[in-house]
Amino acid sequence: MLVPSLKVQDLIEEIRGAKTQAQEREVIQKECAHIRASFRDGDPLHRHRQLAKLLYVHMLGYPAHFGQMECLKLIASPRFTDKRVGYLGAMLLLDERQDAHLLITNSIKNDLSQGTQAVQGLALCTLSTMGSAEMCRDLATEVEKLLLQPSPYVRKKAVLTAVHMIRKVPELSTVFLPPCAQLLHERHHGILLGTITLIMELCERSPAALKHFRKVVPQLVQILRTLLTTGYSTEHSISGVSDPFLQVQILRLLRILGRNHEESSETMNDLLAQVATNTDTSRNAGNAVLFETVLTILDIRSAAGLRVLAVNILGRFLLNSDKNIRYVALTSLLRLVQSDHSAVQRHRPTVVECLQEPDTSLSRRALELSLALVNSSNVRAMTQELQGFLQSCPTDLRADCASGILLAAERYAPTKRWHIDTILRVLTTAGAHVRDDAVANLTQLIGGAQELHAYSVRRLYCALAEDISQQPLVQVAAWCIGEYGDLLLEGSCEEIEPLQVEEEEVLALLERVLQSHMSLPATRGYALTALMKLSTRLRGDNNRIRQVVSIYGSCLDVELQQRAVEYDTLFRKYDHMRAAILEKMPLVERGGPQVDEEAKESKEARLLEAAPVPTEPQASKLLDLLDLLDGPSEDAQHPRPLDPSPGGALVHLLDLPCAPPPAAPIPNLKVFEREGLQLSLSFVRPPETPALLLITVTATNTSGGDVTHFICQAAVPKSFQLQLQAPSGDTVPAQGGLPMTQLLRILNPNKAPLRLKLRLTYTHFGQSVQEIFEVNNLPVETWQ
Amino acid sequence: MARMGQRIEMRFMLLFSRQGKLRLQKWYLATSDKERKKMVRELMQVVLARKPKMCSFLEWRDLKVVYKRYASLYFCCAIEGQDNELITLELIHRYVELLDKYFGSVCELDIIFNFEKAYFILDEFLMGGDVQDTSKKSVLKAIEQADLLQEEDESPRSVLEEMGLA
Repeated sequence: MLVPSLKVQDLIEEIRGAKTQAQEREVIQKECAHIRASFRDGDPLHRHRQLAKLLYVHMLGYPAHFGQMECLKLIASPRFTDKRVGYLGAMLLLDERQDAHLLITNSIKNDLSQGTQAVQGLALCTLSTMGSAEMCRDLATEVEKLLLQPSPYVRKKAVLTAVHMIRKVPELSTVFLPPCAQLLHERHHGILLGTITLIMELCERSPAALKHFRKVVPQLVQILRTLLTTGYSTEHSISGVSDPFLQVQILRLLRILGRNHEESSETMNDLLAQVATNTDTSRNAGNAVLFETVLTILDIRSAAGLRVLAVNILGRFLLNSDKNIRYVALTSLLRLVQSDHSAVQRHRPTVVECLQEPDTSLSRRALELSLALVNSSNVRAMTQELQGFLQSCPTDLRADCASGILLAAERYAPTKRWHIDTILRVLTTAGAHVRDDAVANLTQLIGGAQELHAYSVRRLYCALAEDISQQPLVQVAAWCIGEYGDLLLEGSCEEIEPLQVEEEEVLALLERVLQSHMSLPATRGYALTALMKLSTRLRGDNNRIRQVVSIYGSCLDVELQQRAVEYDTLFRKYDHMRAAILEKMPLVERGGPQVDEEAKESKEARLLEAAPVPTEPQASKLLDLLDLLDGPSEDAQHPRPLDPSPGGALVHLLDLPCAPPPAAPIPNLKVFEREGLQLSLSFVRPPETPALLLITVTATNTSGGDVTHFICQAAVPKSFQLQLQAPSGDTVPAQGGLPMTQLLRILNPNKAPLRLKLRLTYTHFGQSVQEIFEVNNLPVETWQ
Repeated sequence: MARMGQRIEMRFMLLFSRQGKLRLQKWYLATSDKERKKMVRELMQVVLARKPKMCSFLEWRDLKVVYKRYASLYFCCAIEGQDNELITLELIHRYVELLDKYFGSVCELDIIFNFEKAYFILDEFLMGGDVQDTSKKSVLKAIEQADLLQEEDESPRSVLEEMGLA
């Protein structure tokens, strides 16, 4: 004990002298060891100094939990210094999450009831900073007593402690509501301020309290009026404004009381007008009061003239050189734009100017507000401004700006052409930032504007020729060129300058898109389809197109490959149908999926009228067979699920004249039975095609439980060709419900003996079932 | 304007240097040490990234942050649901004035070496995040008196006592 402990400031000096993090840590660890030792058996007179040091290192981020008990000891000490540091420690190290915190309740109680004013102050402050609900309940009566204490110093703190207690334990409102009436007569600004805060807290938690306190509106009005008229008092004024903190608080309480209440609003009307017009706005303090006044005017039932005044004040704020003031103006105007739209509209030019703010906090708000201000009369001008902004705005605002413009265009477009132009410009400027549906929307829009097809395709062609990197733009352009390529080549269009485009140029451009590494897979799909469409739109021969299509038949991208193969097949085998398939698209109605379905079906119906149209050119793609008699793997062909179209509108490719098979002389065969589920086969050999055998699989269910997820697969020997059509469904309802049927088509050119293996998977009575079996006793008529 | 009229609830106040060193932290809502450290680190980063000409308000998490730089120190308040950021700026300014009056032309070093005093002054000005006294004079007088009480406590002590030898 011969070495005196370091003074706080000396420790701080030593820590700051450390050159590295490691050195700092060393110094601190050494000192903490001392502190710990001192806590154990050191001089109690020095305890406060030890704790203070500990609090310092705690701020640097080092652990200090071993000091918690010391806080308690210091608080309990009679010495003021000890209490001062002890309470500080409690506020920094203890909170309601630690059990230790409850231990100070007693000390606080003692200090509140018996301490000097300064000590009472410390206790109250600590209570209001870290007092838990439990502590608040225990100490509420003590605090209530202090509300009547003669010293304003203590009273002002007691009031704010009451505020904290209400927040923690709302039931304590019953304790702290009654004294408010008296407290409101206080002259001391601090107490008044605290009381108003307390009343606000009470009103927000209880509608009854709110009603009760409406009575004091006249009194509040008087207090505020007095503040305004008693002139300049140095003690409470800031920049010539009398106690702005108190003014703001009163205005806030008036707002709560006047909201949705005609009478109260009327009582405060004049006063609000007075504050709004007389407050000195040369400094922030005055603007703070003015701002609060505006907020109150706009939230209560104020006279119309007053409302307009308030919005105009906000408009003036927008022109203020102080950024902070512009910020609050933009935020408030944004909140008002729905309810007071025309009033805010008057300030539109200023708002638009704010788009140029270098500070993103402001430009973001200006953007939101600008978008909210677009209407049918200003849409052209506003869109112009916003497009300009889009070109130069910071990246994090681009997406919002782009989608905002597109939305506004959709709602208020004066003409279709303007609309198309606007979307085009957005896609060119900020294509990477638009939402996914922009492409669909634009193609739909263009498709529907027949008179603008020529115009659109020209504009898009030029845009594409300039830049093939903006994916949404490229996609729309490719689609358009594909659809309206013939109009592109015509050369004249009244809307824009005549453009001479050669066929080869168009094809070259699409090929560039196809080959570019910048193009997304979807984009390449668009380009390929466009090329294909051009094969019927252009007048030259199609060799170039055919070449491209066949090259992409071996593309690694599966989607692209499939398209290419299909298109290639279209050229090679179904050339006579190509024109019909590649006809111009009818307009797709926008709206729910219901509507789309109808459109699709009607489109399909039209195609059918044109020719027996193949929907899946897979003529030569015979289904692979696996020799069921060899090898263990018996993967049978899974039928491709087709859309179950009522009335058979979809005609399957391989359907030769397909009437339902006539009643066959070949007897049916029951092949499977399990727990009520039965499978039987019926056979038809159409006389015109001796090699063909049609088998209908019928599944019936006499059990009490539905059979669901039913899948039937089949396999035949290698020399046969098997095709399964889609089943009628995958559920066989119980109790003899509608049976499920499936058609198998088997080609047996060699008249080989038929063998058939079936694999069934389904769910019945909650169990998954799999059955694999070979069909025995196949009638010889099925293959001979 | 549904959120208007909601109370100021100041969540916390921070003072930190341009180098990201914390000089004072006052929390008005119970938060774990770990969570506090995380929030402080994050907020410091956000505020220090702001350019000098930008406005004093920003949104961070679900809070509004009002900050102002005085010499080498950033004063930062996180408030909830408060609509009047301008008065919070006045609040910050008042605190700085109090420090300035107390220390006589305050600088960062004063706050570093007398951090307890910085806390004491703050606690005479705000309680639970609300202003307790709008008179500068009154607040400074209270601090003065408390300091006097501390001095009375500590005198007279002999030299030997101070050295721990008696």
